[in-house]
Amino acid sequence: MKTKPPISVVLYPILFLLLLLAVWQAADWIWKIPRILLPSPWEIITISIQRMDDLLSATLITAQAALAGFALALAIGTTFGLLFSVSKIARRGVYPYMIFLQTVPIVAIAPLIIIWFGGGMASIVVIVTVISLFPIVTNVTTGLRSVDTGLLDLMTLYRAAPHQVLFKVRLPQAIPYLVTGAKISSGLTIVGAVIGEYMAGHGIDEQGLGYYIFMSSQNFQTEVLFASIFLSSLLGVTMVTAVAVISRTLLARWTFQLEQ
Amino acid sequence: MTTPISMSRKPAITIDDLSMQYGDATVLDSVSCDIPAGQWVSIVGPSGCGKSTLLRCVAGLTNPTTGMVQLGGEQPAFVFQDPTLLPWRSAADNIQLPLELEEQSTENRSDRILQVAKLVGLDATDINKYPRELSGGMRMRVSIARALVMKPNALLLDEPFAALDEILRQQLNQELLHIWQTQQMTVLFVTHNVTEAVYLSQRVLVLNANGTVGGDVAIDLPIDRVPAIRNTPPFLEKTAAVTRILQEGL
Repeated sequence: MKTKPPISVVLYPILFLLLLLAVWQAADWIWKIPRILLPSPWEIITISIQRMDDLLSATLITAQAALAGFALALAIGTTFGLLFSVSKIARRGVYPYMIFLQTVPIVAIAPLIIIWFGGGMASIVVIVTVISLFPIVTNVTTGLRSVDTGLLDLMTLYRAAPHQVLFKVRLPQAIPYLVTGAKISSGLTIVGAVIGEYMAGHGIDEQGLGYYIFMSSQNFQTEVLFASIFLSSLLGVTMVTAVAVISRTLLARWTFQLEQ
Repeated sequence: MTTPISMSRKPAITIDDLSMQYGDATVLDSVSCDIPAGQWVSIVGPSGCGKSTLLRCVAGLTNPTTGMVQLGGEQPAFVFQDPTLLPWRSAADNIQLPLELEEQSTENRSDRILQVAKLVGLDATDINKYPRELSGGMRMRVSIARALVMKPNALLLDEPFAALDEILRQQLNQELLHIWQTQQMTVLFVTHNVTEAVYLSQRVLVLNANGTVGGDVAIDLPIDRVPAIRNTPPFLEKTAAVTRILQEGL
């Protein structure tokens, strides 16, 4: 039976946040900290309200880039996972390079992507895809390869064709693994989108949060920087939560398997 | 009064000098046995003596090192120790899996599913549930229904009731006997439980710990088995005979 989480799970973090904001605001009043170093919560809220339209629009653009890159990562990651599960040659030949790609910092690869795809949305989406691809590939490959041997015996008994084994057993069994990969990747997508916009989001009509972070840091608009950072975090939390909720619904049928 | 079993003497399953080795370990050693059509034969033996391996060889899931298995009819159906259900499919969808794999017409499929579900004691509500919503016994019933959906001539059961409690086990034994009697199938049943083997079978094949056949005991008890038979002297004699062979083969 599911038990409801205690109210303290929600209440304590909120109380802690309010306490932190109060101390921060009080410190600003007492020591008159220069706005350029550390703006007060009130100043951040004020600038957020003043520039709400710009910031909301930037948040939406970042979300679009993250979602597009995430969708691409899901499609490409699942395809590679399928390939690695059926071909030992592909797995042994290509998989090490996937790991290599994962170990290279994204800020090091980003300039190369910008050279190839130009500044703007295309490069940002590719950066999101690259950063969020690996967890999906790894998990889908593991899911497709760790099929219950009893189920494979069952398919052998009924002389199932390879495509029947794939579509009736392997792929459905890999879904919980795909969801786990997607959960990990969903948080990375916002990181990728912000880095992409920071490096490639200039000179285009619609600018995302990464661009705002870049510009506000260049112009010492620290309160805008804080507002952008806060919105990026909020977007990341929203993304992870949305994927978690969707995956919980999707995995309802798989509970028995997960229990086993 | 149950329908008498029509038994042809022609073997439905012939196991001929079958041996199985894993590396240096001999799991089965020159096992031979003819199982006539319509007969229920149980295989008992100590753990690791190769009972399940023998059943897997008969099903074609494992290739023996030497020897062969000949099947008189079509591919036998198999019931595993675990229900091996697809958790993302409802019970009905699990039952119809063999029909889907054979790409049989969808016409009358739901009638057939209901028919076999009823045979194993599941109703229309049960078969719309997912495996996680069913008890261990119900899952096993679904597994048996899936095996029966193709109307097999022979049924291989690998300790299907090992994980169930004694009361449920006896209830399912009775239901399985009824299915065997009405469907006229050949049954090869692996179990650890000597009483269960004697109660269900017409023959009990005893495997020794070294993988050889220790004995082949005919259970010439009335074909209509009722639980009370377990307390009768002939039943207890057969149980003692099988147990004795088992102990000698350790």
